[in-house]
Amino acid sequence: MLILKPADIRPSEITSEANYLNRRQFIKAGAMAGGAALSAPASSAIVPAERGAKLDGIGASRFSTDEPANSFEDITTYNNYYEFGTGKGDPAKNAQGFRTRPWTIAVDGHAEKTGPIDFDDFVKPFDLEERIYRMRCVEAWSMVIPWVGISLADVVKHFRPTSKAKYVAFETLLDPVQMPGQRRRVLDWPYREGLTIAEATHPLSILAVGLYGEVLPNQNGAPVRLVVPWKYGFKGIKGIVRMSFVESMPRTSWNMAAPHEYGFYANVNPEVDHPRWSQARERRIGAGVFSSKQPTRMFNGYAEQVAHLYTGLDLRKHY
Amino acid sequence: MNTLEQIRLVWKPLAFMLCLMPAALVVTDAMQTAGGLGANPIEEVLDRFGNWGLRFTMIALAVTPLRQLTGWNWLARFRRMLGLFAFFYVLMHFLTWLVLDQGLLWPAIVEDIGERPFITIGFIALLLLTAMAVTSTNGMRRRLGRRWQQLHYSAYAVGALGVWHYWWQVKADIREPLIYAAILAVLLGYRVWQRRQRFGFSEA
Repeated sequence: MLILKPADIRPSEITSEANYLNRRQFIKAGAMAGGAALSAPASSAIVPAERGAKLDGIGASRFSTDEPANSFEDITTYNNYYEFGTGKGDPAKNAQGFRTRPWTIAVDGHAEKTGPIDFDDFVKPFDLEERIYRMRCVEAWSMVIPWVGISLADVVKHFRPTSKAKYVAFETLLDPVQMPGQRRRVLDWPYREGLTIAEATHPLSILAVGLYGEVLPNQNGAPVRLVVPWKYGFKGIKGIVRMSFVESMPRTSWNMAAPHEYGFYANVNPEVDHPRWSQARERRIGAGVFSSKQPTRMFNGYAEQVAHLYTGLDLRKHY
Repeated sequence: MNTLEQIRLVWKPLAFMLCLMPAALVVTDAMQTAGGLGANPIEEVLDRFGNWGLRFTMIALAVTPLRQLTGWNWLARFRRMLGLFAFFYVLMHFLTWLVLDQGLLWPAIVEDIGERPFITIGFIALLLLTAMAVTSTNGMRRRLGRRWQQLHYSAYAVGALGVWHYWWQVKADIREPLIYAAILAVLLGYRVWQRRQRFGFSEA
């Protein structure tokens, strides 16, 4: 007997193309209005090397949530960055001396513009925007984080990928001297992550370079990290030194470590449990000891914007 | 004061206070305004109680081998208390999970115990510890006779289930559960070796 499973995404959650285009126009109009208001020439992101330095010329984004953001303290003392240790407090302890300059990012693969590029030159052509996003960890806790970043779509387009580029792959710095966590083979270093081109060019995807209007703290992935708010946090690769335009699906670190538990897509999905624990609910950090967990939302609450990327894809199989 | 009185009136109360320290530390850290339990206090409390439950299980299991190897027979006087502390910390771990983590949402709790193997085995360990705690009095010991010893051998099962429970919920860094597994292997290995020696002796 054939048992029909309910669709993973309700049709109402899928944005029609017309609506989607509408949204794009709305964003464009907003961006243009914002650009006109600025006297300085647009598109010249400057990210100082000094830790904690203020970032200038940050634009607002209509993609930001109005949910209250977590404290700077919570965001910078409780996170996973296995290169600096597997405890949640380890990154804050062990990343303080990490050197983020000079920093070179190797751009390679199927693109017209490739080659090593200095971090300051890498970010310069783009606009800094504040993006207050929900962050849902695969371990069933979540935060609201005011990132400052540049649009990954702009970055991808800047390097002019060819038609062969179907995925964008990223790699973290490999440096066991500076990154004590890499001295043990907890994961197959360097950390690797990847997105489809459609995901990478989605307006929600950013490369974050700041937090709370300041230079991104080392423990959160300085100088540059990926933020894809509708996916589990581990997709947000930190300390990026390589960006590759590739034809086939790249290997990704957690998928390599435990393929039956962590997929390539890793979209937040309350209906597909981790084999060992439920993903239906999440603990919002900072909500207080006596507050209950809150229900996890499809695509971490970004279904309206991203569900169309996965039409026809069995999200139970492609977790 | 003779030795027995000294143990009862001085050393046991001291040991009791010492065993309570991890729980006291949770309370004092929770009262700190600057967030002594970190960004995720529920997870922190859950982890601390769980860890101490496992540690006290190992410590209680180490009493008999240590007593036999050193000849310090007074150690036996502390075994019940150490075992009861293992039960206490595992119970606190369970209650933290039940009340603070799950918020007494019964459908989710029942589903987790039934469908998440690592929670199932943790729960079985708690049931075994409860049975041992309930039968830990002198009266129960007398009443149960030989079956008492059989029941209380399940302390080793509790150790194994506890290590397994821990191992299964770790994402990638298995170093700590591995350390507990090694300790348990040594303790269990000693008892097996000892039994073989004894059998060998009686056969000769």
